[in-house]
Amino acid sequence: MPAVLETEKLCKSFGALTVAQNIDFRLEPGARHALIGPNGAGKTTFVNMLTGAIAPTSGRIFLNDQEVSKTSQAARVRLGLGRTFQITTLYRRLPVLDNVALAVAEREGVARRMWKPASRHAEIKDEAMSLLATLGLADDASVPAQDLPYGKQRLIEIAIALGLKPKVLLLDEPAAGVPSQESAKILDNLAKLPSEVAVLIIEHDMDLVFRFAQQITVLVQGEVLMQGTPTEIAADKRVRAVYLGEGIHA
Amino acid sequence: MSGYTVDPRIRWTEWIPFLVALAAFFLLPEYLSLGARILIFILFALSLDLILGYAGIVTLGHSAFFGLGAYTAGILGAKYGVADPFIQLFFSGTTAAILGLATGAIILRTRALTLLMLTLAITAILLEVANKMSSLTGGADGLSGVQVNPILGLFRFDLFGRTAFLYCLVALLIGWIVVRRLIYSPFGAMLTGIRENRARMHAIGAPVYWRMVLVYTLSATMAGIAGALLTQVNQFVGLNVLGLEPSGDLLVMLILGGVGRLYGAFVGPVVYLIAQDYLAKQYPEYWYFGIGALLMTVVLFAPGGILGLIDKCLQFWKQKSSARASAR
Repeated sequence: MPAVLETEKLCKSFGALTVAQNIDFRLEPGARHALIGPNGAGKTTFVNMLTGAIAPTSGRIFLNDQEVSKTSQAARVRLGLGRTFQITTLYRRLPVLDNVALAVAEREGVARRMWKPASRHAEIKDEAMSLLATLGLADDASVPAQDLPYGKQRLIEIAIALGLKPKVLLLDEPAAGVPSQESAKILDNLAKLPSEVAVLIIEHDMDLVFRFAQQITVLVQGEVLMQGTPTEIAADKRVRAVYLGEGIHA
Repeated sequence: MSGYTVDPRIRWTEWIPFLVALAAFFLLPEYLSLGARILIFILFALSLDLILGYAGIVTLGHSAFFGLGAYTAGILGAKYGVADPFIQLFFSGTTAAILGLATGAIILRTRALTLLMLTLAITAILLEVANKMSSLTGGADGLSGVQVNPILGLFRFDLFGRTAFLYCLVALLIGWIVVRRLIYSPFGAMLTGIRENRARMHAIGAPVYWRMVLVYTLSATMAGIAGALLTQVNQFVGLNVLGLEPSGDLLVMLILGGVGRLYGAFVGPVVYLIAQDYLAKQYPEYWYFGIGALLMTVVLFAPGGILGLIDKCLQFWKQKSSARASAR
């Protein structure tokens, strides 16, 4: 199957510090893939290179067979790459609906229209509203994002990314900082993600990872240690040693 | 006051500024020249609110566009015999737009303090240019004898400032409609997105930089037209339209009124310029002290400006009355 997202020998170093080393990675349409690794393994750096927030030192990135290694962040989004942030990155003072509607409007090319009032663009509002409804946020549509509990803010993160109708969705620790009883709700919503979207999730919550992912890549010190199904990963001694073992003791 | 959840219809309270202006026209005929000045500064403040209040672009150099517009109209009217007021407005808006586009494209790649200093530098340079090119601008003496024909060939600029006042009022009305449309549109909602979270704007695929250059250019155009109005009303241009001082005054006006509220741009210049007029008569040497005290009071006790304070009072009153209603 052709990959929607592919990297070829992706490297990144900051001076003498190498944080990504020859990462070959591919994501197929509809994939449910998790990226795990101990702190400082270079997971966030990898994601930032994929989205275009930082440039790789060497190597190439392809999105739908098109090379995007030097393409701007915004252009990659328009090619179908959506992301959420590890640290909640919302329009805090704007209503929840606007948080999502801005993304929908941007995708539809409505965002630069200057005359007709935004609230009369029913097609944008309706789509944002139905997205919120699927995530169980319909009742909060008119509330400023900052007034919602943290778990719901994490869901808005996802709603914004879905508003872009991405072909590839990068979820950077969607459950970070969420109490465990609420992380179940996030998992429920992740399970409902459109099946054609390829999802790459970076997460520390192993419970969530093993339930959600069909494939897992383990990153250690900027290198891919191994890749496989959750069962293979859980059974691997090296992974247990460098990662899962540490997790149990910590 | 923008976005996908607000009702875009004009509420009756939004007509208050224009009703007040009309009332002032009939009731305070001896203050019409001050009135015209206030209307011009409201238009100028509106243009600043568009970039500062909505897009979150900080600037101490907005007078560059105001001053360029003022001098463009002045030079056309005094040196080149182009006396039609609309042609003057057109050229003032155009030159200001070109300057906005050219400087915006360079400086909007920076942020915060760097941006603030660059905007200040641009207006400071323009001030020096206007000062040195005295053959064209009149230098420190100012440019007098600016010819302005009657509006539409019908309405002369009279000694009492009646024509000037109504002319500025119509210009403000048009400017207000345009800005109001803009901020209620998806473009306006997008601007608040840039103000609230630029990283997120990039992540939803918005070409943030170009959008900022665009709104900066629009705002510059409006400021240039406001400057031209000042020239036409006074039939004179002085160096005081350029540099830090008018930029700073404008910023103080907007902060007094309330930033990012559309009508803060109406309240601020009224309070500031009337206070200035009164204080300058009462205490010719110390009037800036009064303005300073006013600004400090507002910043310390009403960070949302005068309109923010009114908002809070209304909310408090509503809560109180609803609490009373539920107690019954």
